[in-house]
Amino acid sequence: MDLDFSPVWDGWRDLAHGALITIEVTVGAILLGCLIGLAIGLGRLDPRRRLVYGLSTAYVSVIRGTPLLVQLFIWFFGLPHFGINFPAFFCGIVGMGIYSGAYVSEIVRGAIQSVDRGQMEAARSLSMPYRTAMREIVVPQALVRMIPPLGNEFIALIKNSSLVSLLTIADLMHEGQKIISTSYRSLEVYLAIALVYFVLTNLTGLGLRLIERRLGAGGLV
Amino acid sequence: MEPIVSVRGLTKSFGPVAVLQGVDFEILPSKVSVVIGPSGSGKSTLLRCCNGLEIADGGTIRICGRTLVEQGRLLPDAELNALRRQVGMVFQSFNLFPHLSVLGNVTIAPRKLLGLSRVEADTRARALLDKVGLAHKADAYPATLSGGQKQRVAIARALAMQPQVMLFDEPTSALDPELVGEVLQVMQALADEGMTMMVVTHEMGFARKVADMVAVMDHGVVLESGPPAQIFDDPRHPRTREFLQAVTKRG
Repeated sequence: MDLDFSPVWDGWRDLAHGALITIEVTVGAILLGCLIGLAIGLGRLDPRRRLVYGLSTAYVSVIRGTPLLVQLFIWFFGLPHFGINFPAFFCGIVGMGIYSGAYVSEIVRGAIQSVDRGQMEAARSLSMPYRTAMREIVVPQALVRMIPPLGNEFIALIKNSSLVSLLTIADLMHEGQKIISTSYRSLEVYLAIALVYFVLTNLTGLGLRLIERRLGAGGLV
Repeated sequence: MEPIVSVRGLTKSFGPVAVLQGVDFEILPSKVSVVIGPSGSGKSTLLRCCNGLEIADGGTIRICGRTLVEQGRLLPDAELNALRRQVGMVFQSFNLFPHLSVLGNVTIAPRKLLGLSRVEADTRARALLDKVGLAHKADAYPATLSGGQKQRVAIARALAMQPQVMLFDEPTSALDPELVGEVLQVMQALADEGMTMMVVTHEMGFARKVADMVAVMDHGVVLESGPPAQIFDDPRHPRTREFLQAVTKRG
């Protein structure tokens, strides 16, 4: 078997630029996903608030129940039918952020519900309004518990971001395929971009473990 | 004397279980009222109803001249919060905030809810921590404290809101035996200062020594109430006698 990595070396600038785009799209989607996830997760805490609970639950079931690729295509290829044209980059970030938000919301809800009921009772007995008690007492404790499952979600998102190459976004996957289309060295190029994804995901995992340890040392657990 | 807390005909069920079946109860200003009784008699539920953590199904609770609950309807949230400022609560399981230092635990409510500046809140908190003997632990986190220390911080945290009445829900039941004394000491000092207190406890020695009034609960009703000497030395109700015998035998 002859392996020739020279197309990878020759195209390293394009691959590096693609990796940067991958990082940008993912970071944007993570930020958006966390905001959405927090809102939807909080909305799913109390079934007695029917409207908020119903809308939040519908969001999760629709977004989590359909493929990311289909959602991305609707943003990029579907909306133009209504004369709505978003740039590809925007569709990538928003599409992935909305998708991720559904998963993050379940992480948020689980973490908040795992905080001992006595914490909310103690806060309320000190005359804190519900919102203040959530913000000052419950959510800070829940944040620490969110870190390990959020790590999983961020890593999944980094890998899923390869789908945005299909929206004409010049991410790592897209740049790799461009190199393959001229060099025909698909195994070498795919191995190379797999390595880059591997490094990105594992750096993310490492970073989150460090944050977790710092928060633990600060008494936040 | 107008009672600070006045409970009339209180009923409460959890599903099919009737936990409170018409409880009348009163706390007079600067008095210590102790509630005793076997497990499951409804004493903790009664106490939790008194700051709206549980909503009674029927009957009324009036606190500081205002109606907390009436016919199963709790005060609206804003007024409930205002009323809770007057009612300090100490839990069996402490419920300290683990992500905040001891000082943070004691200052957060005054800062966020009374609008005290950090300096004002710190000063107040340090004075209270000094009072419960924990001034040197101000910067420690709850996880590093013993149970007795945690409960003393919890008392300081409740006092920081300067309540009119303090509710204690079995404050020493989760403690190792050798740590019970330090918490009871703090509570006695508080009683001596004239704090109005309602204490649910199994500490009969504390009840006898510190209480102005003892109520015995069983199966969701108050069997009898009166001065500690009467309850402990001359109980009227046979079930009170049984309960006291069982408790003292154990001790």
